[in-house]
Amino acid sequence: MKVIVDQDKCVASGQCVTAAMDVFDQRDEDGIVVLLTENPPESLAADVHQAAAVCPALAIVVED
Amino acid sequence: MSVLIVGASAAGLSTLEALRRQGYQDPITVLGAETYLPYDRPPLSKQYLCGDWDELRTRLRPEEMLAKLDANFVLGDPAAALDVNRRVVSTESGRELSADSIVIATGLRARRLPGQEGLAGVHVLRTLGDADALRRDLTDSPRVVVVGDGVLGAEIAATARKLGCAVTMAGPQAAPLESQFGTIVSGLLADLHTAEGVELRLGTAVSGLTSATGRVTGVQLANGEVLPADVVVVALGATPATEWLNDSGLTLDNGIVCDAQCRAAEGIYAAGDVARWQHDGLDALLRLENRTNATEQAACVAANILGENRSYTPIPYFWTDQFATKIQVHGIPTANAEIVVAEGALDERRFVTHYRRDGRTVAVLGWNMPKQTRLHREHLVHG
Ligand SMILES: Cc1cc2nc3c(=O)[nH]c(=O)nc-3n(C[C@H](O)[C@H](O)[C@H](O)COP(=O)(O)OP(=O)(O)OC[C@H]3O[C@@H](n4cnc5c(N)ncnc54)[C@H](O)[C@@H]3O)c2cc1C
Ligand code: SF4
Repeated sequence: MKVIVDQDKCVASGQCVTAAMDVFDQRDEDGIVVLLTENPPESLAADVHQAAAVCPALAIVVED
Repeated sequence: MSVLIVGASAAGLSTLEALRRQGYQDPITVLGAETYLPYDRPPLSKQYLCGDWDELRTRLRPEEMLAKLDANFVLGDPAAALDVNRRVVSTESGRELSADSIVIATGLRARRLPGQEGLAGVHVLRTLGDADALRRDLTDSPRVVVVGDGVLGAEIAATARKLGCAVTMAGPQAAPLESQFGTIVSGLLADLHTAEGVELRLGTAVSGLTSATGRVTGVQLANGEVLPADVVVVALGATPATEWLNDSGLTLDNGIVCDAQCRAAEGIYAAGDVARWQHDGLDALLRLENRTNATEQAACVAANILGENRSYTPIPYFWTDQFATKIQVHGIPTANAEIVVAEGALDERRFVTHYRRDGRTVAVLGWNMPKQTRLHREHLVHG
């Protein structure tokens, strides 16, 4: 599983962090998404897909 | 089993994605009035209007991802009527589409001023087509009057200003968004716009437009004054796109009235801006006009189509970007709430405030503090 984030599209809502806090974080200064790991373990697959689904800016893509 | 989704935008596409994600493999048809592939609306008043993004960037999903969803997209053909008992939608071109479950996600239509139709230089902003037309008119630094002191009016004023236009904002409130944010925060918003060069002519209702030879020349205020304009943007809110359902027998009252599971009738659901459903946590009918609601409500509808019986009880959330300021709101703020600064400081223009009423926090508003604002969301409780 590979995760790609588009920081230019991100609107800093933080939904991804709520869905998968081991994979996503936000920058302290402006809230833009930070990817903690590009290749999260399979055990987090459901959470990562949930994050991609709820992101209001469609800034997260997951490649299985 | 088959599903028909009417409305091919944020809520419609999210319903499709959620159905597939939850394992639904049967046929899905998505019917849309516009000819474009599904695109996102928030950038239309921001990155797209100011020219930073092109049309492709506003697409909700790239074409390859849409193809993988294996749905039948019927675009450019508005739904014209719904037969609730037979679950058949007929379209303007004469198609008849039937399905076991129908999801209505037709969103909103922008309100217009009387006399606006056919007048050159007057715009609303709801669709990509609207944004293109407005963008064309904002070149060559015209004098722009934005009619509307809500969130969309304030965003358009900011973007037009960034493009170098002379911008005036008109509307009945004393400051932008005052009825939602209260005097303190809306006062900061007024200061922001003034500092960036937007002229605020607030506190007086707009009574109409002035024109000459088919082109707008100004905006007339209720006190008789006229604000001269080359371009006028009418941002007076929007109404649910439900005209096509007038004879359907569904309950229409400021949206499609639904139960707590977002069901309008047996096998018929609504999601997104058009849906007014029973929010069990707040014990009220609620209709939200924001981007996250479109996705979250769609996910709930998809689950209920697949046999769950989920009540939809979200904490409302929206954001707005104006100049370099990002405001994020969780919950429902009201002007009469008490405001407590919980983090940061007002005069640093970086803060999180709690809106408190009857001893409870009813909303959290963040100003240029996104990460911290999210962490304050947990202070919100329903009921
Ligand atoms: C300019 C702009 C900026 C915004 N900025 C923000 C923001 O910063 N933050 C935020 O939270 N929210 C924002 N919003 C709100 C957000 O975009 C909406 O909440 C969201 O688009 C709602 O999605 P929806 O699918 O319910 O409705 P819509 O996006 O309105 O989509 C409805 C679709 O149904 C189609 N349709 C209508 N009638 C028919 C018919 N009879 N048959 C078939 N199809 C039909 C329409 O053509 C449209 O494509 C903004 C909205 C606009 C317009
Ligand atoms: S959910 Fe999307 S928009 Fe929100 S912080 Fe994460 S990537 Fe950014």
